Amino acid sequence: MHNATLSELSVALKNKKISSKELTAHFLARIKKYDPDLNSFITVTAENAYRQADIADTHYKKGSAGPLTGIPIAHKDILCTNGIKTSCGSKMLDNFIAPYDASVVHALHQAGTVLLGKTNMDEFAMGSSNETSFYGPSKNPWDLTRVPGGSSGGSSAAVAARLVPAATGSDTGGSIRQPAAFCNLTGLKPTYGRLSRYGLIAFASSLDQAGPMTQTAEDAALLMNVMAGFDEKDSTSIHEPVPDYTHSLNDALQDLTIGLPKEYFSADLDPNIAAIIEAALKQYERLGARIKTVSLPSCHLAIPLYYIIASAECSSNLARYDGIRYGYRCANPVDLRDLYERTRAEGFGKEVKRRLIMGTYVLSAGYYDAYYVKAQKIRSLIIQEFEQAFQQVDVLLGPTTPSTAFKLGEKVNNPISMYLSDIYTVAINLACLPALSIPAGFIDGLPVGMQFIARPFTEAKLLNVAHRYQQVTDWHKKIPERFK
Amino acid sequence: MSDNNKNTANETKDALPLMWEPVIGLEVHVQLSTRSKLFSGSSTTYGADPNTQACHIDLALPGVLPVLNAKAVSMAVQFGLSIEADISSYSVFARKNYFYPDLPKGYQISQYESPIVGRGALNLVLESGEQKSVRIIRAHLEEDAGKSLHEALDDLSGIDLNRAGIPLLEIVSEPDLASPNEAVIYLKTLHTLVCYLGICDGNLQEGSFRCDANVSVRKKGQKKLGARVEVKNLNSFRFVEKAIHYEIKRQIKILEKGGHINQETRLYDSDKQETRPMRSKEDAHDYRYFSDPDLRPVQLTHEYIDILRKTLPELPHKKNQRFQQDYGLSHYDACLLTSHCAVASYFENLVQQKVPAKLAANWIMGELSAALNKANLSIEQSPLSAQRLATLLQRVADKTISNNMAKDIFAALWATKKTVADIIQEQGLQQVTDHYTIIQIIDTVLAANPQQLAEYRSGKNKLYSFFVGQIMKASGGKLNPQQLNDLLKQKLDQPE
Repeated sequence: MHNATLSELSVALKNKKISSKELTAHFLARIKKYDPDLNSFITVTAENAYRQADIADTHYKKGSAGPLTGIPIAHKDILCTNGIKTSCGSKMLDNFIAPYDASVVHALHQAGTVLLGKTNMDEFAMGSSNETSFYGPSKNPWDLTRVPGGSSGGSSAAVAARLVPAATGSDTGGSIRQPAAFCNLTGLKPTYGRLSRYGLIAFASSLDQAGPMTQTAEDAALLMNVMAGFDEKDSTSIHEPVPDYTHSLNDALQDLTIGLPKEYFSADLDPNIAAIIEAALKQYERLGARIKTVSLPSCHLAIPLYYIIASAECSSNLARYDGIRYGYRCANPVDLRDLYERTRAEGFGKEVKRRLIMGTYVLSAGYYDAYYVKAQKIRSLIIQEFEQAFQQVDVLLGPTTPSTAFKLGEKVNNPISMYLSDIYTVAINLACLPALSIPAGFIDGLPVGMQFIARPFTEAKLLNVAHRYQQVTDWHKKIPERFK
Repeated sequence: MSDNNKNTANETKDALPLMWEPVIGLEVHVQLSTRSKLFSGSSTTYGADPNTQACHIDLALPGVLPVLNAKAVSMAVQFGLSIEADISSYSVFARKNYFYPDLPKGYQISQYESPIVGRGALNLVLESGEQKSVRIIRAHLEEDAGKSLHEALDDLSGIDLNRAGIPLLEIVSEPDLASPNEAVIYLKTLHTLVCYLGICDGNLQEGSFRCDANVSVRKKGQKKLGARVEVKNLNSFRFVEKAIHYEIKRQIKILEKGGHINQETRLYDSDKQETRPMRSKEDAHDYRYFSDPDLRPVQLTHEYIDILRKTLPELPHKKNQRFQQDYGLSHYDACLLTSHCAVASYFENLVQQKVPAKLAANWIMGELSAALNKANLSIEQSPLSAQRLATLLQRVADKTISNNMAKDIFAALWATKKTVADIIQEQGLQQVTDHYTIIQIIDTVLAANPQQLAEYRSGKNKLYSFFVGQIMKASGGKLNPQQLNDLLKQKLDQPE
């Protein structure tokens, strides 16, 4: 049953082949059995899950169930969940019980999903390996000595090991797509503004976006149908009609032009990954797509740009964690300054502090113009270059990551090398575009992802392109041996 | 309001040395009278129990986001239009970052590089009657912080976030003001304006209208501005005047001794009536402003601005001119009546009920204002409506009763719910206007005072008022004074 996709489970529930309660029990049992190895959950909400499953089963009895009713899911611990600890992977919020649901959580709850728990993540989503989590790293189900990616590493590990059929993630610079690639999942980072950010704990407000992490594009489409939409509580969410993302999944790819940014396929790219993408391109050609090379000349600036903008925003976003109203507070502060300094020194981990210092620096008087203002200009340039590319092609294709999942501890003391693992993903956040990573093959038993990027609000096209590929390939069906 | 209009002007007028020239600019925080906060749905009602008007957004819980209150935007635009300022069709909210316990997010959402209201001017009428235009640099929207409470909690400080997020319009003037008195006139003019616009309740005690002053002095004729000191905590017109005056004298004293002024922020202590250092330029914060990524830029269309322009209420200076033209009021009367919007509408209400303008003006500024002051009420809270007062003043106008009688009736009208007609009847206060009756009374009085009559007729004119007094006394004050005058003169000057 755990090898079924969300879509398959939806059908099974509808046909009463299985109850939500049985499903819930099954997945909770798997979490109990496997998660001590994986550390993919920070909080498991078993009691709550059974209660929701009962309600779901009543809906099936009454005939009032929707496609997601009774489906177990997990939320990244960055999304606020009413009455449930929402830690954001940090000691700072280890004692924080959110008093409200994030809008995305609320929507999935209304749709009848059953919440199994909250998944592990890099602290405040700052990291690419899950190693900055206060709760210790989550492990990659394909190789427990390797990272599951980050920051949504708990979600990717849990879905890859089939401890839950699907999970939410959030993506500020690649945090859905990179762990999806490392764990052989489909991960969609929607257009900025497509989903509400209300209740998504802010890392970098102009880049953050939640999204689904699933086994297939079809599963992602089902979740997007519920997660997407304007929210009056988020001024940056956008009034744009939400299509039924499942409708266009099977559209033919005859008229599709796939663009290959030549910068993504330079000599630096791992030849094994290049070979996997070339093979995928052959598949797409067989499906009727045309291929065209394009250029994104400024994309080499994306990493430094990202670390200026994201750090600047987070230095301000995380100022609220001051020990005054909620969250961690240091013991016996002698005065206000001591309270602030020790609360934040003790409550935040090293990587978060690094970025807070970096962000404070780039916004400081005398440096603001040289860093922040300049970064905003280059950001406009990057947006323009994507627009130009999309005048010639429908979607862009490239690798999701420069390598397969790396070893735990391999990069944790080398921030630059860690930052470079997001080299193909950060520009998309800077340009506010939708992008998705899907399984494309394996190197030495480790999954490789490829990334499609599209015009704003064309998530349906991305899911269509991914789904057609998944109809003719079975990379996405592969499950790590020990979790079968 | 805590201020007595009459005293402020002269109180601190003692000698500022003539060779020095003060240069003053003001930053005024006007609390906009929206029902909900600038970025959340919490109520803005004053005086609620601590933290009962602070929602998730005001508490800066993880994950919450601000949503701009459209009403606050329209109020800011209305203000801009009223001072004929540039209205930005594109303005941006920025974060001002600093740590303080009553600042829940660790930043204040404000406007920095692109304020919603650009350059404009506020026109003042100085005490001399001279007009002065004070340039306004900008006005921007921002949220208020909460309050730290240090009293009543042993060893602890409390935080009340009811005020956190309340919308403020910060109005910044150029340093165009040349004296403490001008500063106060500027503030009063601005206060009147925002009350007229209905964008502020104008309550100084509750902090709805707060002011910081930038003060420097320079030698007369010198072009370069002196080092500037920002004086904070000025929460009444009187304190503004006193604090600025004190600060100017302090600076002059230092400069005359050959010292130099530190650029710093000082706090006014109203008990000690002095300013004292709060922080120097060196420990000024680096606020690390940057545009708030949670809020989209505010984009205003010409249509939107035009609609607001068309619905702008009549502004104080226009009303003042109209009062002089339409009602023949003096400049002085018109100023007094239009200094407060509610007073002006009370006046117009009286006039609409056919009360002559001058009579209405005199009564508002005389009896009514005295009674209100005594009861410590504003005109909005007056127990005596314009409608009821009009019924009294109509009787004065048609000479049914004298002005003096009306004052007695006023007291009864103020204290009871009786009608003017009832009171007149009850107290028998109807004015006597019948010729025959008046002549009878005159004759009786003259007959009773033959000696005085003889003296008057032999040239002792002063005795005229003696007769008026006696006659009024005899009639119980009910005679129409004009009629009495005419008839008495006839009697006295035409001997039998």
